[in-house]
Amino acid sequence: MNFEFLFSNLPQLTIGGLAFGAIYALIALGYTMVYGVLQLINFAHSEVFMYGTFAMLWTVMALGGADAGGIKLVAILIAALFSAMAMSAIIALLLERVAYRPLIKKDAPRLIALISAIGASFVLAELMGLRDRIAGWFGLDDNLSEYVGKARINNSMAGVLDAPRWKIGNVTISSIDVLVIVAAVGMMILLDQFVRRSRLGKGIRATSQDPETAALMGVNPTRTIQLTFLIGGLMAGIAAFLYMLKIETTKFDVGFLLGVKAFTAAVLGGIGNLRGALLGGLVLGVAETWGSALFGTEWRHVVAFVLLVVILLFRPTGLLGESLGKARA
Amino acid sequence: MLLEVEGLCVNYGHIEAIRDISFSVPEGTVTTLIGANGAGKTTTLKTISGLRKVRAGSVRFEGRDINDIPPYDRVKLGIGQSPEGRRCFVGMTVRENLEMGAFTRNDRKSAAYREDMERVLTLFPRLEERIDQISGTMSGGEQQMLAIGRALMARPRLLLLDEPSMGLAPKLIQQIFTIITEINQQGTTVLLVEQNAAQALKRSHDAHILETGEIIRSGTGADLAVDPAVKAAYLGGDV
Repeated sequence: MNFEFLFSNLPQLTIGGLAFGAIYALIALGYTMVYGVLQLINFAHSEVFMYGTFAMLWTVMALGGADAGGIKLVAILIAALFSAMAMSAIIALLLERVAYRPLIKKDAPRLIALISAIGASFVLAELMGLRDRIAGWFGLDDNLSEYVGKARINNSMAGVLDAPRWKIGNVTISSIDVLVIVAAVGMMILLDQFVRRSRLGKGIRATSQDPETAALMGVNPTRTIQLTFLIGGLMAGIAAFLYMLKIETTKFDVGFLLGVKAFTAAVLGGIGNLRGALLGGLVLGVAETWGSALFGTEWRHVVAFVLLVVILLFRPTGLLGESLGKARA
Repeated sequence: MLLEVEGLCVNYGHIEAIRDISFSVPEGTVTTLIGANGAGKTTTLKTISGLRKVRAGSVRFEGRDINDIPPYDRVKLGIGQSPEGRRCFVGMTVRENLEMGAFTRNDRKSAAYREDMERVLTLFPRLEERIDQISGTMSGGEQQMLAIGRALMARPRLLLLDEPSMGLAPKLIQQIFTIITEINQQGTTVLLVEQNAAQALKRSHDAHILETGEIIRSGTGADLAVDPAVKAAYLGGDV
């Protein structure tokens, strides 16, 4: 175990870990909110994130981000943020409409919806992974080759962003990491306030606590479920944007591991709990970064999941353990 | 007639919960359904608020058939309900619960809304004292007050009350019934479901007795309260 490396690089490692954790947390929101109203794990949420990363990548490419600088680059990145959010929101709403609503209408057991979720997840990932073939059917592969590319390998926008690194003493901090943390935590605070204070937010909490009584108050359950999928999608879109700023590379199956990590973060913090998702994400991000410094990067995922098991052994409902409905004002 | 129920049949799976019941609730009255556990009282109320599907028959509100209107839209028509077991949103404060009651209203910044809030807090001073308390930490009686207050926040024309006296101390039961009369006198029509027949009959204009899913007696509250058969079965009196 390399304690010397961990301690001598503690600030950088911690900030890098927090940045990863913030991305996990933003994705975790989608799991936790949908679980709150439906008691269902939306396993296809990982693909909602993955489509967002491609929307970001393609927007940057289409608008010529590789050659842009200054104000133009900022404008391109803002456009990329909105397209990632729009793409993820559309995929999330589509999932709700196609994979869940018909089952919920028929009062299908949650286990059936879970299988539907896993199926939808594979279909969405493979559609992205086979996009070259699909474009080929329509003879579009030449026109769109830049975007279709080799569908099953990494797709990169490396070198677009030459973000500054700040040196404080002998600590180097990536400005992107700081941006990721600030943006993610800021969004979480906004969302937390929305759910606690706004009328629609209270409708979500009421539905997640007692759908039948919420309906007696005039809350339309279908609209509320749609709203939670929409919010989850928008947050996953922001996560996708921040992820691409940091990692610069995506792939059709990038959602799987990130999805599992985000789901882990949600469970770690207490599933159904918004603040728990943030805490769980940050704890997980920092723990696995420290862990990989100690044991070597190949142990990263082992550390993450051992941590999950150990924490759940002592706190079976997660760190904060409250549900969305019971979240206090 | 504010509410007319005609030939209503409702099933739970293959079991008939209520069979061919008909009654009406005139505007401005307190009407009571009395019956033992499992007689179909709660099912009747849930069907009126739209939570249960009608197998046959109809529910008409202000002359309009509302069978196809989903529960969340019936609130807007003017049907408010305080459900069985109170069902307060236990993770929310008293204030948030009352705000949930007004969920469909779009005049939440108006004087009318503030008046309604004040009216509820005057009816239930206890709620004002506990306005920022998490409702799940309150006593059963306080939660009952909250459930009724929450329903009133929608400004219902018809208030459905499902066993408001359940599980409460005798003194509190008295108080809740006094408030129900007061709500009625302020102009809200009330349809009450009760096992506590003595109190309910005393307070209601019309009453119907429900047994295993059917109405077996109807009359004014005063008449049924002195009816020997009703006394024997529901009032615990000697014949």
